[in-house]
Amino acid sequence: MFRLSFASFLLCCMFSSAVAGAQELPYFVTYSHHMEEPGSLEVEAKTSSGQPQDGDVFYGTSTEIEYGTRAWWTSELYLDSQGTVDESTIFTGFRLENRIRPLMREHAVNPVVYVEFEDINGANKSLLEVVGHDVAADLAEDNRTARMTKEREVELKLILSSNVKGWNVSENVIGEKNITHAPWEFGYALAASRPLRMKASSKECHFCAETMQVGAEMYGGLGDVASLGTHNTSHYFAPTLNWAMFNAATLTVSPGFGLNDHSLSHVYRLGVSYEIGQLSRLFRADSRNVEGTAR
Amino acid sequence: MKRISLACSLLALLMAPLLMASVGTGQWLKHVPEKDRVRSNPLAHDSDATAAGAKLFHSDCAPCHGADAAGRGSRPTLRSERVRRATDGELEWLLRNGNLAHGMPSWSRLPEVQRWQIVRYVHALPI
Repeated sequence: MFRLSFASFLLCCMFSSAVAGAQELPYFVTYSHHMEEPGSLEVEAKTSSGQPQDGDVFYGTSTEIEYGTRAWWTSELYLDSQGTVDESTIFTGFRLENRIRPLMREHAVNPVVYVEFEDINGANKSLLEVVGHDVAADLAEDNRTARMTKEREVELKLILSSNVKGWNVSENVIGEKNITHAPWEFGYALAASRPLRMKASSKECHFCAETMQVGAEMYGGLGDVASLGTHNTSHYFAPTLNWAMFNAATLTVSPGFGLNDHSLSHVYRLGVSYEIGQLSRLFRADSRNVEGTAR
Repeated sequence: MKRISLACSLLALLMAPLLMASVGTGQWLKHVPEKDRVRSNPLAHDSDATAAGAKLFHSDCAPCHGADAAGRGSRPTLRSERVRRATDGELEWLLRNGNLAHGMPSWSRLPEVQRWQIVRYVHALPI
């Protein structure tokens, strides 16, 4: 699990001559309207860790490969895996998603449509979203049993996001449907963040306020079609911080706290991302020294 | 159903060259609202702004426009008369909104003050 993530990260570092430096928002669960720059690729390894009351400590990892298909369209592939102490480490499935911005300008509230297909199993513990009646007890099931459950699901999100005076505020409404059976399940995610320092300094700095962003996320389930509401659902609140370490690498950390008895008491998250600007140019010999062609 | 998909694909193929042809032609300037066009740069007299803008440009803009801002492939040069003549307000509007249909992303994720710093640097570029 970790080898896969680490190998992905190293692969990206090899392309250090083509880095891009835009700092990402410090969110693990919530999406904003910010898209990947067209032609750029971002690879991120996200790990979430927790311990259910009657279970062992787990580490759920997602390796996220995000590509800017267009300026208004971002595509992503997630490869999920999971390791549980005293049990096993297993591959738990993949997710394919697309995010599309229907409005071509910046507005007070910017909508994004999110469509995802996921083929995962019941042992998945990446906690990339909480929907329906997902509760901490589900995470206590042993890997051998949980992996037998197939979850082929379609997930839709309406992402609403705003930038106000340096703050980003994002709200996600989530609907998820198992394509074979089971009703629609719903969830939500809310987040806000801002850079520690708004104005960039003229000097290079790596460990300073302008390279860091702080924020908080809140997310949870809203039941399903048959029982819409917060009864028997889990909810979390998580402060979050990211740091643009060097070139295009960003480190994000977030300690999360369960807000009711159905939630894990703590969820610790760690993410490392690396962005390769204009990926396609790496494979084109004629991409250099073309200045003036669009003059 | 198959016919509709085929028609959509053909339409997309026909539209693609038209979209590409309008890249870098400055069409976006026509869409800038007057109130944005006349905005002045609050960092106009900040002696550090151009250097800070250069730093931001090299991390955020150079992957597409080139480290020398002279353009790369279909990404337009910023060392042009058109960019020189654009007002600070117009350039900040472009950074904030992008030109999504033509490949320019929105940089609204940057705080406004950083967009003004980039504008200072872009306006200081030699032609």
